Amino acid sequence: MISIFPSFEEKAAGPLEAEGIEIFQINLGYRCNLECRHCHVEAGPNRPELMSRPVMAMCLEVLQRYPIPTIDITGGTPEMHPDFPWFLKECAALGRRLLVRTNGVVLLEEEYADFLDLYARQRVEVVVSFPHVDPKMTNRQRGEGVYSRLIEALLMLNKRGYGQTGSGLILNLVHNPSGAYLPGLQNSLENHYRQALREKHGIVFNQLFCITNMPIGRYLTYLQQTDNYEEYMTALVNAFNPATLESVMCKSTLSVGWDGKLYDCDFNQMLGMTVNHGAPEHIEMFDLNRLATRRVVTGNHCYGCTAGAGSSCRGEIA
Amino acid sequence: MADYYEQKDLADFANIGEYAPELGEKYFAYYGEAMKDGALSAREKALIALAVATTQKCPYCIDAYTNQCLSLGVSQEEMMEAVHVGSAMVAGIVLAHATQMRKIIKKKEM
Repeated sequence: MISIFPSFEEKAAGPLEAEGIEIFQINLGYRCNLECRHCHVEAGPNRPELMSRPVMAMCLEVLQRYPIPTIDITGGTPEMHPDFPWFLKECAALGRRLLVRTNGVVLLEEEYADFLDLYARQRVEVVVSFPHVDPKMTNRQRGEGVYSRLIEALLMLNKRGYGQTGSGLILNLVHNPSGAYLPGLQNSLENHYRQALREKHGIVFNQLFCITNMPIGRYLTYLQQTDNYEEYMTALVNAFNPATLESVMCKSTLSVGWDGKLYDCDFNQMLGMTVNHGAPEHIEMFDLNRLATRRVVTGNHCYGCTAGAGSSCRGEIA
Repeated sequence: MADYYEQKDLADFANIGEYAPELGEKYFAYYGEAMKDGALSAREKALIALAVATTQKCPYCIDAYTNQCLSLGVSQEEMMEAVHVGSAMVAGIVLAHATQMRKIIKKKEM
């Protein structure tokens, strides 16, 4: 398909280059007990992709060898990986900042309920996807009944100290727009979430991360099927903010796929665009110097991270 | 009508400072200050803007502020209530102007 939009590198006035590896993001696989309509991973209960034990061991070896400060575990929902309890304990033993991105509701399943205590014991930062404080918006995006189950899961996390002042147990939420529009300012939405969740359910949390939906995966299909693709891309391109280029996450993150392949971000991973420009593309060939200064592989989806106040796995960036 | 109002022209709003850049800059500075979180939240301001946009029948503003409201997590019900506030105000304004009509009728009729 010939793009009607200017190439990202052209708009960014040159290539993006990494400036180190601060965040080692590990995608354990695409298995999830939900099938959210905005999911760029297209995760679901029948996805077979799971990180093998040898690849997990290679990740740990790299982390032991290099003092990368943050380990960020994602999926799918990581709890559904059978080796995750072992891997989580190994990661926690490294003494780095450790965070897990979960769909939240999986913690209510009997099989995975132990993770609530395991996370608290290992002082894991928990990041829960929570797209909207309006139940019908959340359910439309993530499935019928998900909102009330999420509330139950957040209350259980709060009960263990998560999100409570002084506990040191961090509970962050993620907002994704439930449709073909960009997220609003993080500060405004965070205030709205804080008030609504406290008043309606007595729930507390630390921070809200607003993440722009990337025009890839299931969300791209949604945009195309509803004739919103061109308008959405136009909105992203028109909202291009050069100030975001300073802190886009690819400058400080390395993403490891379930099969050990290396990517500039989780979005490139879903597009099958491994690191390039001479950097080693598999964890077994890990070379910190070459990866820390690699040239980033970009595409038109990158406009999603540079629109407005910008977007990253930690929300706004500018 | 389509030739006058094109959706893509909304993006041209950023260029309204053309031919008068200093005034354009001042306008955007003022606009930015007026719309940001203050004693009223950005959500409340977006709802006011949406009501104004519909009463003024500005297609660009309706597009921009429907999106802005969605982005700020405003619900469909809140948006529709804001439109009804604008609608009720316009109806009231029309009816209030009937005062003049009624006064003239009373003066002129025997």
